[in-house]
Amino acid sequence: MKMTTIKELLCADVVCGEENLDSNVFSACGSDMMSDVLAFVKDQAVLLTGLVNSQVIRTAEMMDMVCIVFVRAKLPTPEMIELAKECGIVLMTTEKRMYDACGILYTNGLVGNKIKK
Amino acid sequence: MSEALNFHFDVDGDDFTSAGQASVQIKKNLRQLGISPDTIRRVSIAMYEGEINMVIHAGGGEADVSVTEDYVEILLTDHGPGIANIEQAMQEGFSTAPDAIRSLGFGAGMGLPNMKRYSDYMNIDSEVGKGTTITMRVNL
Ligand SMILES: Nc1ncnc2c1ncn2[C@@H]1O[C@H](COP(=O)(O)OP(=O)(O)OP(=O)(O)O)[C@@H](O)[C@H]1O
Ligand SMILES: [Mg+2]
Repeated sequence: MKMTTIKELLCADVVCGEENLDSNVFSACGSDMMSDVLAFVKDQAVLLTGLVNSQVIRTAEMMDMVCIVFVRAKLPTPEMIELAKECGIVLMTTEKRMYDACGILYTNGLVGNKIKK
Repeated sequence: MSEALNFHFDVDGDDFTSAGQASVQIKKNLRQLGISPDTIRRVSIAMYEGEINMVIHAGGGEADVSVTEDYVEILLTDHGPGIANIEQAMQEGFSTAPDAIRSLGFGAGMGLPNMKRYSDYMNIDSEVGKGTTITMRVNL
């Protein structure tokens, strides 16, 4: 799924990384607990979260994730935006709640992934 | 590469915002060495979890990474409270993190299991009241 499609489906605003919106993502993960996110690895994934601090960006960077969507209209801080720009991660924000945002992406074909045991 | 390459970091225990910077730096260094992205990701995640643990559970510590011909070794040393029951700490979901830490997105009890999951070798040496030393290796 292209990131432009994610933006449209979630009626999201792009905070940074507009120039990368044409790239594809292949899977997604939704959580407010970073170690839950870190248990899951998949190439070119998007993270949906309601958590707002620098560790969200670092977690995504460690995982080579390409996009973070903040749910419930949460806004990243200037420091977070700086960190995201440095590693080329797209940041978006949507008014939708976590459950709805995940459900919309899932029913449109963006599935999650099994935890690697 | 015949001799090991060594990197050393002091991990500040008072600054949650900057926690993880050593792992970010190692990720860059390993990229420059031309190591495969999958291996780099495993090292990065394992080290990041360990680094965060030192910050939230042990008041900081030190991280030493060496790259040999055969593996990347991550050595994490702290002088925090130590881990009383390592077997219990290794279980998915076990955490002693207080609510304040949970609201920062940590305390799911998944860090140590993740470190085990992504490394090829892991050893925890811990003494209550003295501190914890964790060694992890990811094969190249
Ligand atoms: N360096 C350390 N010093 C002291 N105790 C530790 C250390 N690392 C882990 N622990 C103990 O082991 C428990 C489990 O650690 P683990 O990393 O698996 O989970 P967590 O840090 O509590 O949560 P998460 O990693 O999911 O954010 C911790 O809650 C803590 O009690
Ligand atoms: Mg942890």
